[in-house]
Amino acid sequence: MKRFWGFVVKEFLHIFRDYRTLLILFGMPAVQLILFGFVITNEIKDARFAVLDLSKDETTRKLTEKIVSSGYFQLERALNTYAEIDRAFREGDIQLVVVFEPDFANRLEKEHVAHVQLIGDASDPNTASILVSYASGILNNYLLSMNSEAIPLQIHPETRMMYNQELKGVFMFVPGLMAMLLMLISALMTSLSITREKELGTMELLLASPLKPIQIVVGKVFPYVFLAFIDACIIIVLGWSVFGVPVRGSVGLLLFENFLYLSMALSLGILISCLTNSQQLAMMISLVALMLPTILLSGFIFPVENMPKILQWLCHVMPPMYFIRIIKGIMLKGNGLFLIWKETLILVGFTLFFIFLSIKKFKIRLA
Amino acid sequence: MRTVFYIIQKEFIQVFRNKRMIPIIFFVPIVQLLILVNAATFEMKQIKMAVVDLDLSSSSRQLTSKFQGSPFYRIIDASFSHDKAMLLMQQGKVDVIMQIPNGFEKNLVKERSTQVQLVIDAINGASAGLINAYSTSIILDFNREILIEWLTSAEMGNVRRIVAETRYWYNPKLNYTTYMVPGILVLLVTIIGLLLSGMNIVREKEIGTIEQINVTPIRKLEFIAGKLIPFWIIALFELAFGLVLGKLLFNIPMEGSLWLIFLSASVYLFVILGFGLLVSTITNTQQQAMLVSFFFMVVFILMSGLFTSIESMPLWAQRVDMINPVAYFIKIMRMVMLKGSTFSDIHTPFYSLVIYAVLIISLAIWRYRKVA
Repeated sequence: MKRFWGFVVKEFLHIFRDYRTLLILFGMPAVQLILFGFVITNEIKDARFAVLDLSKDETTRKLTEKIVSSGYFQLERALNTYAEIDRAFREGDIQLVVVFEPDFANRLEKEHVAHVQLIGDASDPNTASILVSYASGILNNYLLSMNSEAIPLQIHPETRMMYNQELKGVFMFVPGLMAMLLMLISALMTSLSITREKELGTMELLLASPLKPIQIVVGKVFPYVFLAFIDACIIIVLGWSVFGVPVRGSVGLLLFENFLYLSMALSLGILISCLTNSQQLAMMISLVALMLPTILLSGFIFPVENMPKILQWLCHVMPPMYFIRIIKGIMLKGNGLFLIWKETLILVGFTLFFIFLSIKKFKIRLA
Repeated sequence: MRTVFYIIQKEFIQVFRNKRMIPIIFFVPIVQLLILVNAATFEMKQIKMAVVDLDLSSSSRQLTSKFQGSPFYRIIDASFSHDKAMLLMQQGKVDVIMQIPNGFEKNLVKERSTQVQLVIDAINGASAGLINAYSTSIILDFNREILIEWLTSAEMGNVRRIVAETRYWYNPKLNYTTYMVPGILVLLVTIIGLLLSGMNIVREKEIGTIEQINVTPIRKLEFIAGKLIPFWIIALFELAFGLVLGKLLFNIPMEGSLWLIFLSASVYLFVILGFGLLVSTITNTQQQAMLVSFFFMVVFILMSGLFTSIESMPLWAQRVDMINPVAYFIKIMRMVMLKGSTFSDIHTPFYSLVIYAVLIISLAIWRYRKVA
């Protein structure tokens, strides 16, 4: 046991002496959280649009006014002919054009029907469809208020946004960021630190020492558990203090789940290092095969439900998806263990599976 | 010149000797191209809904069936219990709850005005906004049908309508893959280029073979060139491979000139590889190099406009983005491939990349010391 602690101390010294790595390890969560919180956003705000008003009357002016005052849109310019639309799209940063037909107000008054065209620049299809649906929502609302006396039968939809009333983007990103950084530190750093000893030849020395193989592996992993755990805490505290992301559930449970996910990622890191001999290879596997799926196939940025069926199945064999679900549940919805036990069990299962595979693959002899 | 050639030869041999490295360089990116292109979509395909119908009138049933009939909605649960529906939402099994209060139909008939409540899981703010817009428009549609059904034509005459017709230009079917493929190609080329180059010199440092190179008469410029060119060729090959696959699998359009794409790509790769080599010269271990490259890569990629639009970033962030090479190249790729832009359209981002490449490679050569 004393030998083991000696080994752990050596590993800690290794890490703490490398101040550059430490700086990045602790600086990264802070910088990325701030980046996500302030910069990366799917929210539509001040999208630039143009108006082709062929009618130029009271009503179309009011409607344009409504669109601008919604906060989603910003009027960039007014066009005069249809032919200008194409040029406007190509040169300017206009994302939507609203076309009012000639004689708009009159038709609305007399025929009770008037036409609007909403033209989106669909070379960015995501944004285009969101903008079009927002704009038509604004038109609908205007109609409702205008018809309030005329329509005798009305259904008022009343919307309540649960868990995130202000629709802040950062609520989505805090859980995802945790999943990504913990995976990075745990899987990547451990796999690198073990293959490094192999590459430099010092693994030979360790294997020849009286330390048992399991002690070597646990000793290598231990400091990273510690570091990753601190990182998780940094993210939670920063998210709460700077962006107001709450922890509505139990903090103890949150930390426990973090710990579980860490163990999963670490055992994955060990497995990778058992399978590879060079740091470059270990890194490529971790990065290419783990990082992108963690970012994209986990519900971090893109909701899993929107993907094609095959990809949804693929997401279900990605541990980060379950972790993100758990974290969202605990932090934002205040869920207790009885609502997330299934996901928790799945993470336990992944951990055991990776450990089992690593033990089978671990070789005491090199070469 | 011959020296450079030998270094290039050495690097190629080194890369291709590692049998497991080859599938990673070529195969994995392709698989990811297939996966990521399909994964990256905000399009709502299926909204899971729970209905709490406390009215149980024919109107409330009609409203429910209106949602049932929509291809976007799937009704997961219908009950009388608000708590049960909320529990489903907490478990993440439903995205939206529609509550039809007791007296829904009675109020509609007597007071001529009634209410429906929508409770939306808003953790993903963007989706929540869309769900709200979709649901509201279905309820309004239903309202309109009721009007037509219940009102006399005289009463009906007072109701005004604005018919909104939507058009999507440049991509009328809203095909997401055509938009994503150019971006994902950039991403893959960037990752491969940055990692291969970023880990390279530092590896020689760590293993100690850099000493052997330092004592040879190879000049700094030759050394950097010899390190850079093999990865440049591999990455360009990868881009070509990706483009062919994109064409075959997704039938992505190629409106502009292919030569323009490769011209920009070769400049862009000098920036990325130069950046990698710079990282490599200022770090001491592969682990450090990896962390530094990873850090910059994530920041560059997330701010590149690949997943979220640059226009929705705050102004100061858009200014900071001036130093993001990935953003320039993604812009070029999308403009040339999707809109058919010519050289005169993309000259600003192109020359920015050229200046960037010159600066960063000079910096890498200057930072590289032939002393251990």
